[in-house]
Amino acid sequence: MNKLNFLQPDKNNIYTYLYTGVILVAISIFIVFLNSFFNKDIVSFLPGPISFFLPLILGFIGLHLIRIDYSGLRFLDSINKNINTNNFNAFLSLLIVFVVIKSLPPLLSWFILDANIAGDSKDVCTGSGACWTYIKIWFNRFMYGMYPNAEQWRINLSFIALAFLGTIGFFATEKFKKYLTLYYVVVYPVIAFFFIFFFISGGPIFFDFSYGIIAAVISIIIGFFIPSKFKMYYFIIVPITLYILLKYVFFYEELIELGKLEALEWVETGAWGGLSLTFIVSFFCLIFCFPIGLFLSLGRRSDFPIIKYFSIGMIEFWRGVPLITVLFMSSVMFPMFLPEDMFIDKLVRVIIAISLFEAAYVAEVIRGGLQALPRGQYDAAKSLGMGYWKMHILVILPQALKLVIPGIANTFLALVKDTPLIFVVGLLEIVGMLNLAKTNPEWLGFAMEGYVFASVLFFIICYAMSKYSYNLEQKYKTER
Amino acid sequence: MNIKKILPQLLTLLVVILVFGFFSYNAQINMENRGITFGYGFLSQESSFDVQFSLIEYDGSHSYFRAYLVGLLNTILVSVIGIIFATIIGVVVGIARLSNNYLIERTAAIYVEFFRNIPLLLQIFFWYFAALRALPLPQDTEPMFGVFFLTIKGFFVPAFVWNNLDIFIYSIIAAIISIIFIRIYAKRKQENEGIQTPVLSISIGLLLILPVLSFLFGGVDASIEVPVIKQLSQSGFTYEGGIKLPPELISLALALSLYTATFIAECVRAGVQGVSKGQKEAAASIGLTPNQVLKLVVMPQALRIIIPPTTNQYLNLTKNSSLAAAIAYPDLVLVFAGTALMQTGRAIEIVSITMLTYLSLSISISVFMNWYNKKIAIKEK
Repeated sequence: MNKLNFLQPDKNNIYTYLYTGVILVAISIFIVFLNSFFNKDIVSFLPGPISFFLPLILGFIGLHLIRIDYSGLRFLDSINKNINTNNFNAFLSLLIVFVVIKSLPPLLSWFILDANIAGDSKDVCTGSGACWTYIKIWFNRFMYGMYPNAEQWRINLSFIALAFLGTIGFFATEKFKKYLTLYYVVVYPVIAFFFIFFFISGGPIFFDFSYGIIAAVISIIIGFFIPSKFKMYYFIIVPITLYILLKYVFFYEELIELGKLEALEWVETGAWGGLSLTFIVSFFCLIFCFPIGLFLSLGRRSDFPIIKYFSIGMIEFWRGVPLITVLFMSSVMFPMFLPEDMFIDKLVRVIIAISLFEAAYVAEVIRGGLQALPRGQYDAAKSLGMGYWKMHILVILPQALKLVIPGIANTFLALVKDTPLIFVVGLLEIVGMLNLAKTNPEWLGFAMEGYVFASVLFFIICYAMSKYSYNLEQKYKTER
Repeated sequence: MNIKKILPQLLTLLVVILVFGFFSYNAQINMENRGITFGYGFLSQESSFDVQFSLIEYDGSHSYFRAYLVGLLNTILVSVIGIIFATIIGVVVGIARLSNNYLIERTAAIYVEFFRNIPLLLQIFFWYFAALRALPLPQDTEPMFGVFFLTIKGFFVPAFVWNNLDIFIYSIIAAIISIIFIRIYAKRKQENEGIQTPVLSISIGLLLILPVLSFLFGGVDASIEVPVIKQLSQSGFTYEGGIKLPPELISLALALSLYTATFIAECVRAGVQGVSKGQKEAAASIGLTPNQVLKLVVMPQALRIIIPPTTNQYLNLTKNSSLAAAIAYPDLVLVFAGTALMQTGRAIEIVSITMLTYLSLSISISVFMNWYNKKIAIKEK
């Protein structure tokens, strides 16, 4: 039996130290647990400050006693290595554990135990917890804004259809894989545009939408019989011609007749809102800002001085001003620049403004990727006799874009997080709707619930996006 | 010159000129129709609106230019507060993310992931409309340390009343200048003779001693003015004396610093991780103490990685402070691009001045950063 030295626990009397230490730590956690969950202070007989710090002191001594190097016990070693390397770390670990235990009961009671979700009026919310009834009643408004309730299936249908079309890439067979880029860059955005601007907004232009769909279907069917050499020209020219023919030649009379019927009710963009508007705005800005940014970044590295300085000017201008002033510009200054009879929809103006703004950031990110490529890549491509565009499309951009996946993902994340700013021009997406609901005289005083709800939604969306971009980064990582 | 080189440039130029021409032509016609003439003369007119919170003396009888200054100063104020707190939180969290303590590392990671993935505007609203609205009314407030009062109407803190403040400021400036000289001298001494001078302790000493001397011999005198509760009406109370920080300022600064701190934390983490392990081992093997390794080898290299993206974050914070308009904190955008624009209707002039202000701020900082990056870049032989 060796002498016990409590200042320097060692391996010889390991179980003595271990039991004393574990008991002390357990007591300290138990005190805090009782205090926070059952509101009982079992050490209240001690003077104030001592009873307050007692758990911390006990736990600290306990952790000190079990800090034994190379004890031979796997579990103990891993605890010591991870949370108990020295006095300072032990102290911080205890503090974190206590704070978590202490803050659990109030959080639990606010979120779940004392919260109300039943009923459909403010009167049921009498407890001290959250009033989820408020979220339940306003859920439709938070999701769809002022969009008429009876027409919301249009938004749902569009989003489901677009989500389905978006996942086609995962099911494509080898044969169609090579068209995927074309599909995602050109076809998909066009379809999305049709859906959102004609189907969701409805009204007479709904017929434009149907003609567009008919034209696309017919041209795809005929497309199978066209030699692949001409396919590209074919898909650019034929659908548009078909569409124009359908609209102005074949069905002109019918259009005029049907236009009066208004098969789908016209919903002006001012009524759009809620989370669906967040998705619409971020989706379009995402689609538009990428190509603009790509061209700006290429322009910035161009040999032509006018193009180069134009690109630099564009990039530095948009990067230098806050988004809110850009939106101010689009709402109060831009109409001054247009002829009096010309009117551009608020939503379109916002989408243009945000796209240009984010394009400048995308351009700088892509420029980073272009600069990171070794000169040899350019020289090799040129020595094969490739021109500027061929070199960039086949050699430079595939490598450069792969390098900047994280940067672009961050820019897109910033874009999604910037969409609430459109409240400046009077469009109310989810945060705007929250602020509107909060001021409703029947539902005063539930600001907290609304913001917590929106925070959770945004957190899920953005966190999923960042994890997905991380996966992409790992997937396309190539060793150099 | 061949045609292939000139044509695309000419086309770009043509498009730009056409677009600008179209815009300015329309702008001219629109302004003629509304009876406005373009010009910046309105800046000297009387503004006749009031601003709640202002660092300089201002009321409705001052000019629009003065209103612009008020907004600009408020923007700078909230940005500086935000930058200071964001740096402190960011550095602490960044180091915590490198900790070998699992609990601390996780806590810091959760903080970063959580605050980074929620829109800043939502956070500002949360603090302003939800969190700060839960504070007590002035008459029910318990004082913190007897002198600070955190109420729903704002944060009331004691103010210093100075005598001969200028001498005190001169003493601090003198201390800073002498510290710069001592640093240069110490560096030269170390390069020539290899002897290290304890610059840090000398600097702290100077910063303490010179102001104290100014108190003793310069006639500087400071007293503290504690806010006192005052009844306005039957149920309306407020505090008088001291400094009042409005809730708009608090929630904006809080949201800005918590949000930007997550990005700064990531910069710090990347910077410290960016210093290769071999550097530390090499430094230790030539007999430097752990403190010296940190001070002379790791930190200079880590700072080289940390500073450029962090400056970028400071710039973002300043630009994000324009979200103040959403909770009616009178910053540049709200006072100038909001109220002043509504009153004068001069959209083009006012929006252009606002944008130019932010633009010149960010361009000057990026020019400075380019110069700084060139200066600290590793010079390869």
